[in-house]
Amino acid sequence: MRLHEYQSKEIFTEHHIPIPQGRLAATPEEAKLIAEELHGPVVLKAQVLAGGRGKAGGIRLVHTPDAAEEEASKILGQRIRGLPVRRLLVEEAINIQQELYFGMTVDREHAETLVIASAEGGVDIERVAEASPERIARVAVDPLLGLRDFQARNLAAEVEIPRRLWRTFIAIALNLYQAYQDLDATLAEINPLVITTEGRLLALDGKMIIDDNALFRHPAFFDMRDLSAEAPEETEARKFGLAYIKMEGDIGCMVNGAGLAMATMDIIQHKGGRPANFLDIGGGASSERVTAALRILLSDPQVRTVLVNIFGGITRCDEVALGIRAALEEIETEVPFVIRLAGTNENEGRRILADARLETAHTLSEAAELAIARSEQAVTE
Amino acid sequence: MSILVNGDTRLVVQGITGHEGTFHAQAMLDYGTNIVAGVTPGKGGEWVLDGKVPVFDAVHAAVEMTGANASIVFVPARFAADAILEAADAGVGLIVCITEGIPVKDMLTVRYMLARQGVCLLGPNTPGILSPPHTRVGIIPGEITFAGNVGVVSRSGTLTYEVVHALKLAGLGTSTCVGIGGDPIIGADFVEVLSYFEGDSNTDTVVLIGEIGGRDEELAAEYIAREMTKPVVGFIAGMAAPEGTRMGHAGAIIAGGRGTAGEKAAALEAAGVRVARAPEEIPGLVRGR
Repeated sequence: MRLHEYQSKEIFTEHHIPIPQGRLAATPEEAKLIAEELHGPVVLKAQVLAGGRGKAGGIRLVHTPDAAEEEASKILGQRIRGLPVRRLLVEEAINIQQELYFGMTVDREHAETLVIASAEGGVDIERVAEASPERIARVAVDPLLGLRDFQARNLAAEVEIPRRLWRTFIAIALNLYQAYQDLDATLAEINPLVITTEGRLLALDGKMIIDDNALFRHPAFFDMRDLSAEAPEETEARKFGLAYIKMEGDIGCMVNGAGLAMATMDIIQHKGGRPANFLDIGGGASSERVTAALRILLSDPQVRTVLVNIFGGITRCDEVALGIRAALEEIETEVPFVIRLAGTNENEGRRILADARLETAHTLSEAAELAIARSEQAVTE
Repeated sequence: MSILVNGDTRLVVQGITGHEGTFHAQAMLDYGTNIVAGVTPGKGGEWVLDGKVPVFDAVHAAVEMTGANASIVFVPARFAADAILEAADAGVGLIVCITEGIPVKDMLTVRYMLARQGVCLLGPNTPGILSPPHTRVGIIPGEITFAGNVGVVSRSGTLTYEVVHALKLAGLGTSTCVGIGGDPIIGADFVEVLSYFEGDSNTDTVVLIGEIGGRDEELAAEYIAREMTKPVVGFIAGMAAPEGTRMGHAGAIIAGGRGTAGEKAAALEAAGVRVARAPEEIPGLVRGR
């Protein structure tokens, strides 16, 4: 779960990491009020879960409260990279002397937490890593020891933070690590961490991603999830324990298992078709879940045909077949179905579907070819 | 022969009295797996699976009383990391964790401890191991394959079944079929399992089934080029997956333009692996070697 900048900064404040003064505004009037309180130029920052906000016009510098109101009225309600802007962070403008990067994330390959600093802040760190890897300082954290002072000090020295700021930097580093650990984050990033012309260190931007699998330990985050950042069908799917991702094609896919679902999409694409979605109904899918899955799938108006691919292991093909039959009784649809069942109880499954208006296939390739043919027919009709 | 498990495997099932644990323990027993004990804290002293398997409160007691040397974990996600650590502490040499959804932070601690203890972990979020005809430590359906000489290692579940089943239809059996798990932080990786297959006299060819995300397939390619004498056939799922979207498995995400299926397939091909475009092509490539 990705947090908004303002949510990350609330966490920073709780962990004594200095941020610019400012507050959240949901209306232009509020933006004006906050600008008046802050006395002086302010920065308006659109709170959307998308990268590259600045380039997309989501960050503005204004010099008066009236200008804050006017600009806020332009940004609020606008869409940035497809996402609606509902709130703005209004912050005091900062005089920047230098922009640094500081962050931490999970290194999958070595199964450890990696803490990263760079003198190249304010830009995409992955690009820095590619273009000039020598500009990035890293240190791995021992899970039992945690991040230690000396490690943070070494990072400070390596990215040439002035000595008089080392103590502050070490405090920020250790506090961010503490927040990262306490909240089960998989990413915590201050980009940029700035040195102001007055000689202070300040977290100008903040980004945190919380491990979805650990949300049970942090129930407060459930209410903080921004549902506008995902398609409503994806939210609906999660309720039923389904993994659904909408794509641009016209062949709806329902598959059990993530790997097989990906492979099914690949074959459709390989054979010249276009998958409309990724949909994994998981193991042991009940007929209720199958019905929910098909309802979500068919709510996409682009879907011209549906391909069901089930390899029965724990999931029984007859159970899935019952789900499909129940769904088709409930949902009125003209969309043709191609179904491929293999594994546990496949014959029973086929028998259940025999009287329904459905085509069955034996292999995955055969199913993909049939589905593509049906979707092409739907276009010509 | 086989890898990781064999006739000497004495299995303890952690979470044996739970819904999943009971169901799969029965299926493993039916297949012929030597289940010597179950563990559910608070239920020690009971007997389950028609009175055939004793339940203990702790893995330590199970190991002491039954000589268990491998464990399988069906414990819910929030308790699973603790269950793995308990098994390692009790001295079993192999732990298979079926549970999915364990927090990353918990797994980092688990990996750190297991490395110190020298224990082999498969998973989490793995379908486990199947070694026909008699050993199943996991949830892979026994009837989709038979004893043969193809070794299979995979990050997926049902996709593995698909491939193994296709091999069976082509008359090819498996020596051992191993799932390493679909999570970002797992125990044994492709390289470790490939090295076991390389040393297994019963395995002639290895099928590697990868997917988008991480660098495990790239590391496997380096190992294959450097160390492996046996032929390897590959398949990578996720050619159609867009960047930045997590495809079901927590580990299946293309980040920063890296970890794409195309890159992985190219790395494997450069290492001499024949990479199939569809699962159905795999038996032909295995035979073609």
